[in-house]
Amino acid sequence: MDYTRFALNPETLPGAVPVRRATVNGETLRGICTAVHESGGLLHALWGCDERDREGGYLLRVALQDDAGLLLLELPVDAAQLCFPNVADTFPAADRMQRAVHDLLGLRPQEGDTRPWLRHGSWPADCFPLRRDYAGSEPPTAEDYPFVRVTGNGVHEIAVGPVHAGTIEPGHFCFSVVGEKVLRLEERFGYAHKGIEKRFETLPLMDGQRLAARVSGDSAVAFSWAYCMALEGLCGVTPPLRALWLRALCLERERIANHLGDLGALGNDAGFAVGLAQFSRLKEDWLRTNQRAFGARYLMDALVPGGTRCDLDAAQRRDLLDALPPLTAELGVLRDIYDDHTGLQDRFTGAGCVPPALARRLGLIGLSGRASGQSWDLRCDHAHAPYDALAVHMAGRLQGDVAARVAVRFEETLESLRLCQVLLENLPGGDVRGSMPPPAGRLGIGWIEGWRGPVLVALEPGADGSIRRCHPHDPSWQNWPVIEHAVIGNIVADFPLINKSFNLSYSGQDL
Amino acid sequence: MLRTLKQIARIGIISEPVSLTAAERGERDALQEKIRRIYGRALCIRHVDAGSCNGCELEIHALNNPYYNLEGYGIKFVASPRHADLLLVTGPVSRHMQDALRRTYEAVPEPKWVVALGDCGCNGGLFGCGYASAGAVSDVIPVDVTVPGCPPSPGAILSGILTLLNTPRAASVQESANQGQQPH
Ligand code: SF4
Repeated sequence: MDYTRFALNPETLPGAVPVRRATVNGETLRGICTAVHESGGLLHALWGCDERDREGGYLLRVALQDDAGLLLLELPVDAAQLCFPNVADTFPAADRMQRAVHDLLGLRPQEGDTRPWLRHGSWPADCFPLRRDYAGSEPPTAEDYPFVRVTGNGVHEIAVGPVHAGTIEPGHFCFSVVGEKVLRLEERFGYAHKGIEKRFETLPLMDGQRLAARVSGDSAVAFSWAYCMALEGLCGVTPPLRALWLRALCLERERIANHLGDLGALGNDAGFAVGLAQFSRLKEDWLRTNQRAFGARYLMDALVPGGTRCDLDAAQRRDLLDALPPLTAELGVLRDIYDDHTGLQDRFTGAGCVPPALARRLGLIGLSGRASGQSWDLRCDHAHAPYDALAVHMAGRLQGDVAARVAVRFEETLESLRLCQVLLENLPGGDVRGSMPPPAGRLGIGWIEGWRGPVLVALEPGADGSIRRCHPHDPSWQNWPVIEHAVIGNIVADFPLINKSFNLSYSGQDL
Repeated sequence: MLRTLKQIARIGIISEPVSLTAAERGERDALQEKIRRIYGRALCIRHVDAGSCNGCELEIHALNNPYYNLEGYGIKFVASPRHADLLLVTGPVSRHMQDALRRTYEAVPEPKWVVALGDCGCNGGLFGCGYASAGAVSDVIPVDVTVPGCPPSPGAILSGILTLLNTPRAASVQESANQGQQPH
């Protein structure tokens, strides 16, 4: 992609993934967004920072993906004006991110939806938690959220949540329906907002990966790796090869664990309880293997800046290797069962459909994107070590329905099993942890293809080993709004199945 | 269909024996008896995510897999607080979930119990207290038992739920149940 007409002079940030950073004005920001979108690129994240103690004013950051990697645009925002140009007309996924920037920092897009997104009333509308001078002791306020009303003959509303009937995260869904058909769905989130970004600023730089791992617990390895990658870029170091291979092993194991869980749950949501029993059995075996090899079922704290906390001895490696062929075989059997089950296929096929054109317009990414013809996978697009040595096969479908998302999960699980095999068989020798000099840079970026999609961590060091600002970004931000489109015309009773087929994070987007 | 049946038959029953020693079996029988006395038939659990990272939820799901044979204990998860005896609460309580958690608690009929799950549920965990996080579950509703861990394993969750039945409160509820009174 050629940016010469914008006279951009991007600087390349040191680190494991290709990131270019450039300061822009409002007009250039909009121009580049349009150009990137037209050439098939994506919006990855949009967030703000309080810079009044340094350069003065605020900074809006917009992370775009083009062929060459991540393009990070920085727009200085005047402290008196507090507004920035809207980019949600180009990238619809920016809408909620822009609203969150207002809730947390008080910067407003010049046009677009002005309703709060993350703020429900736990802090007043004129207080902004991510400003550096925020003290945070105001009493909560009570506010009604103006949902969009659908009126007409026979239209009624079904409101669900934030406490749901199953074991899932909190969120609110407002359905407008006629009979059993969904006319419109409006999501409202922010219930799980715990102030993660503010919390980062109280942690030591060398410890932030622990909180990153808990942004969305199902993506602990992805987020903690992204955090470590950002920090290692700042410090100008590359972890030992053995550590990188172990990290990839952990990441692929996390992907497999989640896919196994989802494949079972999807069978169950379509009335096939045997699927849940079988897949949850396989997942339990998988987690117990984690326990034996890494000392934990969930790898929340396996990664540390500079490397990994765990290593594998020969016996543990053998144990992990031995578990691969039986699981591969079981998957084959279960895939045949799913494929041949007419009842299941009847529920899967055509449900919650997001055709490729719609996916592209809305910016659907990650696993769900690949099921709708959006061929992006960081392990292939900008393969960092060790993925540059693994030739990852990217899964993909064009149908964009529940069946396609199920098929992509099967394919990715099998590919991850292959990767685990290669990683274990060729694990390089050496240390698993390198030294970490003090950070030299001002901004580090970590970018990892988690099981749900690409997660991004933008990290700025403060004085004396502290964190000045950390923004973790989950792909659920982009994908949640797409579910509002995916359910239109489906029956209400199919919503749990459709929702599960995306399996997005509430905590990861509520922060 | 045939393939499905073959798979079911091939895997067989994999539920792990709940207890092996006579003492443990005695304890389990006693617990089941308690559940029966206090709650009639089963201990019904309603899970509430009050702001967790979703890690604890994954282990609650695991507790329902065939290995743990949860229903064999007379324990099951239900869809409404009005059907529940016990609330299993995860997460630091986000301020945005405080009201919903309180209202869910109120909707559970007496006698009711609360188990706070995970380091976050016990004390706010890594998220602590802040402008958006109220911290521990016990700062918002009364808690009977806490189960630490990040996330706690299914085994730890199960024993946490079972310890509950050995708390002094459970004894007094059982007492009133024995006397045929309305327990409180
Ligand atoms: S205890 Fe750990 S797994 Fe559970 S919600 Fe807290 S951070 Fe997540």
